[in-house]
Amino acid sequence: MIRHDLLKTLIPVISDQLVVCNIGAPSQELHSLDDQPTNFYMLGTMGLASSIGFGLALAQDKPVISIDGDGSVLTNLATLSTIANNPRDNFILLIVDNGSYGSTGDQPTYAGRRTSLAAVARACGCETVIEVAAEDTPQALADALAAKRMTVIVSKCDSGNVQVPVITMNPITIRERFMAAVAE
Amino acid sequence: MAKEMDKRIIGDFVENGVDFVTSVPCKQLAGVIEVLDRTPAIKHVPSNKEDEGMGLCAGAYMGGMRPAIFMQNTALGVVVNTLATLIQFYQIPLPMLISYRGEVGEPVACQVEMALHTKAILNQLHIPTYHFHRPEDADELPGILNHTRMCSKPVAILTDASFWRDAT
Ligand SMILES: [Mg+2]
Repeated sequence: MIRHDLLKTLIPVISDQLVVCNIGAPSQELHSLDDQPTNFYMLGTMGLASSIGFGLALAQDKPVISIDGDGSVLTNLATLSTIANNPRDNFILLIVDNGSYGSTGDQPTYAGRRTSLAAVARACGCETVIEVAAEDTPQALADALAAKRMTVIVSKCDSGNVQVPVITMNPITIRERFMAAVAE
Repeated sequence: MAKEMDKRIIGDFVENGVDFVTSVPCKQLAGVIEVLDRTPAIKHVPSNKEDEGMGLCAGAYMGGMRPAIFMQNTALGVVVNTLATLIQFYQIPLPMLISYRGEVGEPVACQVEMALHTKAILNQLHIPTYHFHRPEDADELPGILNHTRMCSKPVAILTDASFWRDAT
């Protein structure tokens, strides 16, 4: 299962939740599948989906799901120690781990080789870390939301993209729409 | 050991409504961070790197808090992309209290290298920049914090070695 199909199966779980979505293909795919005011699309700044989502979770009590990628987490690995040391039970980090830099042409990442992001998250001190197959991710995410416990989910899926349009929405519009949804 | 100036700076941030600070430490900011850690009105979440910290600030802002970042000027070598594509692109007000290492009084030669680029990078990014060189320059801090909020931009407050040497 590739990321696009994974995101599609996640829609019933995440549609009404606050979601901070990673730059590039993930945001474009989510936007084309189910554009919602509760989605914050990153248009730039690779690596910071987890940090932005975690800052949001620290600032208010609604659940926040950061949808990140393996390549992006590798570029900001220390985020896992920040999350682990300031736990917030309204935060879920979903790492879509397809072992490749999907938005740039599917070049392999080290997460697809010897590096286990789940093991790194545990070593950083994250208490609830689960690695699941793509097919099992909607249930794992629903369980994490129901448990109200900070969770890192590493979802192993296949490499590959579908053709979807870039997001042309103005960044201020994305932010203001999202902030209104957060405050609602 | 924190100085009066450290307390005054944190007091100005609190007074302005800043309630979320992330930091990466610098020796010159040690007193400010010490005061920060005993200021319940501000949630302090240290970050490992300044771009990560700016991500936290962006999220905290969208969650209704008023963020700021404390960091060293060398970090400007790390955060150019984050400033341009996150903080500026999405118009997030962000006061940056910056230890301006490498100015007169600096004991470490290597620090001068990034000091040479500090104002050039800030100018290139069109970031409003204020340089605290004498203790009385800190009188401007409340105005600068209001200005940051008003214009929804990142704003740099550079604090150099002379400022910290003469501050009581
Ligand atoms: Mg990937």
